[in-house]
Amino acid sequence: MTPLPIVELSGVSRTYDTGTRALDAVELAVHRGEFLTLVGPSGCGKSTLLHLIAGLAQPTTGRIAWWGDGLATTGGAGRRIALVFQAPTLMPWASLATNVRLPLDLARTPRAAADAAVTDVLARVGLAQFAKQLPRQLSGGMQMRASLARALVTEPDLLLMDEPFGALDEFTRQRLDVELLALWSAQRFTVVFVTHSIQEAVFLSTRVAVMAAHPGRLVDAWPIDEPFPRDDAFRVSARFAQYAGRLSASVARASAQALPDSAIA
Amino acid sequence: MIRARRGRLLQVAAPFAVALVALAAWQTLVTVNDIPPYLVPAPWLVAKTLYADRVLLLHSLGTTLGIALAALAIATVAGVVVALLFVQSRWIEASLFPYAILVQVTPIVAIAPLIIIWVRDTRAALVLCAVVVAIFPIISNTTLGLRSVDRGLLDLFRLARATRWQTLWRLRVPSALPYFFGGLRIASGLALIGAVVAEFVAGTGGQGAGLAYQILLAGIQLNIPRLFAALVLIAAAGVALFAAMVALSHLALARWHESELRPEA
Repeated sequence: MTPLPIVELSGVSRTYDTGTRALDAVELAVHRGEFLTLVGPSGCGKSTLLHLIAGLAQPTTGRIAWWGDGLATTGGAGRRIALVFQAPTLMPWASLATNVRLPLDLARTPRAAADAAVTDVLARVGLAQFAKQLPRQLSGGMQMRASLARALVTEPDLLLMDEPFGALDEFTRQRLDVELLALWSAQRFTVVFVTHSIQEAVFLSTRVAVMAAHPGRLVDAWPIDEPFPRDDAFRVSARFAQYAGRLSASVARASAQALPDSAIA
Repeated sequence: MIRARRGRLLQVAAPFAVALVALAAWQTLVTVNDIPPYLVPAPWLVAKTLYADRVLLLHSLGTTLGIALAALAIATVAGVVVALLFVQSRWIEASLFPYAILVQVTPIVAIAPLIIIWVRDTRAALVLCAVVVAIFPIISNTTLGLRSVDRGLLDLFRLARATRWQTLWRLRVPSALPYFFGGLRIASGLALIGAVVAEFVAGTGGQGAGLAYQILLAGIQLNIPRLFAALVLIAAAGVALFAAMVALSHLALARWHESELRPEA
């Protein structure tokens, strides 16, 4: 028997108050331990989908089941969901350590346990010696790492990332991709990752889902059957180019499908 | 470094030079044209009067400043409480905000006589008048600040199931500080204006007479040099209050907020 998916969306639609259909009849199962990436043109509802999975918004129709039981519990023990945004979204008045321990503080974790967890996670993302610094004293890449540390400090089962490295330069982004994969391989949490970059999607994912816009919907899913760890050699391999080419074509088809709809809208 | 020092020097020296030139011109015009002191007193005469009447004037300054400071303290506490109430629900804000505006737009000279009749203790009446003038910027700025919270951080707090109290204390209050201090600067000037206007309306003399009373009396007695001396003291008090608020804001925000950061050299 296959284990139940960690999150399962059945016939999920989301319509805004303005009448705009952001998502239409999405069927998606996220399996334990996978690295699922969502790609698609802007306006295809990637971020909305992530919000629904996080439980921060409710579907207009359809059903979302977390951990197979249909309960919208996102805070319970062993069922933690963490969120990383495109911007670091740190509290500018608080030190890195205070920022990273925020989820623990909000959950009223005992001080000693929280201290240990913060020290550990800062070391894992390579920010140990910057614990006392304020966010503005750090580079964009380091702020993003702190944001990642804040998400990982609760040891989440499901990590949701909304174009997390999209605002960084190419070199920093590639380095953070590698670091993220290392953390993921070591801890085996589940990731749902949103990106505009086909290269990033191929490099990171075990599976890539392609979305189309107007209305936002899932149109395709591609497994990336490549072993881990992946390194820079994979980036320049023929296999990588093959995956990227197939995925590009799929995204192009998805964008083309959207045209008649958007012309009407 | 040298350029920064030169910038500072400019900030102090330039206004000082303007004052010097203006005072010299004023002194010369009055002396050359032989303008009598009951029309326009020369700056030197004003300075001499300020020194001669220092006991009387400084005593009055103490009274006025005491009223302004008491009013500023009360307006700050009350304004923050009202703002905290406003952000608890849109309903409360929608129902009460128009009345806050009403208080703001009603000229204090028009309602001061009523307040002075209703409140038996004159000093309390004067403080109340100044509070009415000073409270609005505190309310409106703090309310705006408490609402100007990073959406992403708010999402993180929701995801962590933070309580209303946690969200207020750990997120809304720190986010509101820069706005609050902006309001405080404006309120400090308004508290002084409110105190002076209320004294004018009340017209209370005797032992505890404020600077406004000295101005009123000097005007009636055609003691124009003393009138000018009192004006100088009010202006100096206003500048000092403002500078104190700027310093307070710097103490609270210098570590992290953009408004207090020095430009990179």
